[in-house]
Amino acid sequence: MIQLKSQLKKFGLIFVAMLIGAFQSQAAKTHLNMGMVLEPPHLDPTAGAAAAIDEVVYANVFEGLTRINRNGEVLPALAKSWEISEDGLKYTFHLQSGVKFHDGASFDAYDVVFSLERAMAEGSVNAQKALFKPIAKVVASGNQKVVITLKNPTGHFLFNLGWGDAVMVDQGSSATNKSKPVGTGPFVFKRWVSGDRVELGPNPNYWGEKPALKTATFKFIPDAAAAVAAIMAGDVDAFANFPAPEMAGQFKNDSRFSVVEGSTEGETILSTNNQKAPFNDLRVRRAIAHALNAQEIVDGAMFGYGTPIGTHFAPHHPAYVDLKGLYPHDPEKAKALLAEAGFPNGLKATLKLPPPTYARRGGEVIQAQMAKVGIELELIPVEWAQWLDQVFRNKDFDLTIVSHTEPMDIGIYTQRYALMGAAQAVIAQDAVNGYLFQLAKLGIWNSNLSGLWENSPVQANDLTEVSWK
Amino acid sequence: MTFFMFRRLTALMVTLLVASLLIFLLLEILPGDPAAVILGVGAQEDTLRALRAELGLDLPAPVRYLNWLGEVLQGNLGRSYTYDTPVQELLLNRVELSLPLALLAILLSTGIAIPLGVFAASRHRKVADTSIMGFAQLGVAVPNFWFAILLILLFSVKLGWFSAGGFAGWDAGWFPAFKSLVLPAVALALPQAAILARVTRSSVLETVQEDYIRTARAKGLSRSQALWRHAVRNALIPVVTILGLQLSFLLAGTIIIENVFYLPGVGRLLFQAIAQRDLMVVKNLVLVLAATVVLINFLVDLLYAVLDPRLRLGFHG
Amino acid sequence: MDRKRFQEIWEDGLHHRSFVAGGILTVLMLSLAILSLIWTPYSVFTMNIAGKLQPPGELHWLGTDHFGRDVLSMLMVGAWNSMAVSLAAIGLGALIGIPLGLTASARKGWIDEAVMRFNDFAFAFPALLTAVMLSAALGPGSFNSIVAIGIFNIPVFARLTRGSSLSLFQRDFILAARIAGKGTTRICAEHILPNITSVLIVQATIQFALGILAEAGLSYLGLGTQPPQPSWGKMLSEAQTMMFFAPNLAILPGCAIVISVLGLNLLGDGMRDILDPKMRTRE
Repeated sequence: MIQLKSQLKKFGLIFVAMLIGAFQSQAAKTHLNMGMVLEPPHLDPTAGAAAAIDEVVYANVFEGLTRINRNGEVLPALAKSWEISEDGLKYTFHLQSGVKFHDGASFDAYDVVFSLERAMAEGSVNAQKALFKPIAKVVASGNQKVVITLKNPTGHFLFNLGWGDAVMVDQGSSATNKSKPVGTGPFVFKRWVSGDRVELGPNPNYWGEKPALKTATFKFIPDAAAAVAAIMAGDVDAFANFPAPEMAGQFKNDSRFSVVEGSTEGETILSTNNQKAPFNDLRVRRAIAHALNAQEIVDGAMFGYGTPIGTHFAPHHPAYVDLKGLYPHDPEKAKALLAEAGFPNGLKATLKLPPPTYARRGGEVIQAQMAKVGIELELIPVEWAQWLDQVFRNKDFDLTIVSHTEPMDIGIYTQRYALMGAAQAVIAQDAVNGYLFQLAKLGIWNSNLSGLWENSPVQANDLTEVSWK
Repeated sequence: MTFFMFRRLTALMVTLLVASLLIFLLLEILPGDPAAVILGVGAQEDTLRALRAELGLDLPAPVRYLNWLGEVLQGNLGRSYTYDTPVQELLLNRVELSLPLALLAILLSTGIAIPLGVFAASRHRKVADTSIMGFAQLGVAVPNFWFAILLILLFSVKLGWFSAGGFAGWDAGWFPAFKSLVLPAVALALPQAAILARVTRSSVLETVQEDYIRTARAKGLSRSQALWRHAVRNALIPVVTILGLQLSFLLAGTIIIENVFYLPGVGRLLFQAIAQRDLMVVKNLVLVLAATVVLINFLVDLLYAVLDPRLRLGFHG
Repeated sequence: MDRKRFQEIWEDGLHHRSFVAGGILTVLMLSLAILSLIWTPYSVFTMNIAGKLQPPGELHWLGTDHFGRDVLSMLMVGAWNSMAVSLAAIGLGALIGIPLGLTASARKGWIDEAVMRFNDFAFAFPALLTAVMLSAALGPGSFNSIVAIGIFNIPVFARLTRGSSLSLFQRDFILAARIAGKGTTRICAEHILPNITSVLIVQATIQFALGILAEAGLSYLGLGTQPPQPSWGKMLSEAQTMMFFAPNLAILPGCAIVISVLGLNLLGDGMRDILDPKMRTRE
């Protein structure tokens, strides 16, 4: 009996200790669960362009000579300072001392030479080789100094060195960075459960100021409904790019969450295949433009998150300057134009929709808008793989919706900046596109969190300044 | 018995061969070039051609089919295009979740359904029977993904007892991992349990009619004694068959349920692989799944033959 | 089936609880579906984004969805779409499955063996898996859901037909017909089929219910009925991100599915009891 009592006492003590422990961890929370829509294909930012790679490792695991901050400014990173020669061709970088890679290897000027030469090499798989094109040679001058000579002056060179594609890697671990990234950043890679999450832990030997967070988990939740449930249930603390704008109002009324509306460069357009009849007829394309109601699409598909656009990104063509003024929403005029083009009874066409919400839901609204002027659209949902193959490569489409830069969704398949060019190419061939809206970046996170980025000057989830209140 | 085994084994081989051929043909007509998917939009035509050659995509279809069979027979399931890891490895990672999930669902559904079914049978046409069967009818009619949504709404969002999805992983300790499987397993188990309870009940009722039960009752056993001692055991034979059949429904169920709860399981791997045109993963995974189902049905058949000698002669009703 | 027998069955039916309950639910959903062909409160193709997400009220009895469409109208058209797919899939399954089953039981031997193996195979392959792969290959849509669900129905009808006609072939009246010089095809058409019709109708009712569930699952995954045609599964998947402020959008389509499936299952069970008194002890 006495024994039992002491047993109970012991349990009681343990219980109390556990409670205290729970409160303590509450008081100094140092873990973050970050939700992301797409899973990265691998974790080496120097060997792939998927935005999801940088969104996990940039500034957290890997660092470059310079870094880009939340406002898009260039700051020193592994290079603590630099001098630029008067002709703008010679950059001398002074490196931080005492920097070690996560595996214990020390970081010095020879690693800079290795990293940059690896990226510049003939057989390099770096997705942004253009960044390194201006470099003539990289020379180590002792352990702490590197001199980079350029072929010609390059305005954005320091900014370019801050890209995820230009981070510093170690010769010994560079081959395995895809699955086991080894960098110099404040977080070390712990593990990757494919299809689910990547875990980061603290770097005890970090050279710089240690971040408030000790550990972080990136959870990959491709489904919008699951994302909503996960953040409501507290499974994830933050979603930098929340996939369900319809929930924003709900989160705004909930004091547990902060809703942050930032901007992206994503111009969403309705692209027309002008090589194909009847879209080779300018009147048909103009009819489509008149039938569109961009504000209704923003309200219907994005719940008001997004700005209707009318101006073209490339204003060299006079007809593109302000589409809103040129093609106001006017169903009657659209019908008249269609009749003029020889379709008094309307026409049928297909609209191929890639997976993101803006396309799938926007497509339904456009379908209804077109139906009003007699254009019967068949919606064909396609995965990115098919979109790339059918729409982009083989031009097998009538109409499609694409966002100008959509790194978030397209990243896993393609090189984001290549796509930007691709989208531009699609657009350039068209005489008229339907301009829909500018995508908004909707961030939703726990209201006790601070330090997350509002806008995305580069694709990143920089956790170094994040902390819990 | 040997003859029976031999015949069933041959049939099994033929079934798997047909399955592999069907899978191959289906994927042949799947649009989307894997090489283009791997290289992305910036790819040059010659790079694409080189990669297609490297992947063996430029060979004629019959050769590719035979090559694939050869690889599979050597136990090689290829490399995933998207993850760049061996399919075996991906599969094993995912099985770690899907197998316990399936087992838990089966355990839950049998654990609930069989006692309920027997109980309902013992209360034939009484209130308990009618209400249990009423619930079972309802259970069969509820789509499991809708049930899953309702479960999340109640237990994760409103009550906060379980997380809304995701998998904690076994190395986080068995409890967190187990906890993340509870809601998905319940969602999977409900329709199965409803069907099983009905089958159990009717099969118990049927055995009760048979002569030996009457004899047992004549010997002085009470109705419920006779029921539990003799009828239930014999009634379980058809229940086992249904369980075997349900496995394939369970596999299908996991595709949806793993999507609802964003669990990194085999079902979601397959769904994503189809979306991303990771044909290497799709064809091998589907083949493995088909093989598993066929094999389990084969084992159930064997078990059935052992339990019921009449079947050994090759008579199947 | 003569008039008297029909009347008997009908009277039996009126006393059978699940038959009556199932009948009422089924007739309700079927008439909503058929009504939708000629009339719905609002058009399901017109959006009214300014009037989105209205709660149930006087103008819209069941409220409006995120595009301002009338939910009741969508449920009605959704009922038609889902039932049409399921019925067509049953047609496909029966059209191929019944002849297969008849051939197997009439010919026996290797044909029988081949049909049964095919059955095992088709049973073993989850319908949803087939459907996912089919729609990836052919593109999503109603037609492909019909094919995918129909394929799953084939072995069900083949097995049932074979099972119930095997014993019939041993019966005297079939032997008599044989002696009279009738061929197998005629015997099947004139003697076997009429005798197994009731079993097949009962099974078709159950498959109808399963087909509705399968269609809902496929549309939920985005592989079934495509917009602008409404479908219950798609309504559910769309409502999922809005269930916190518009729970009726997530609950109503689910209820529609449950009511239809429950009704058909009850009806099927009831019919089985009435048509086949031997089975009655089971239920």
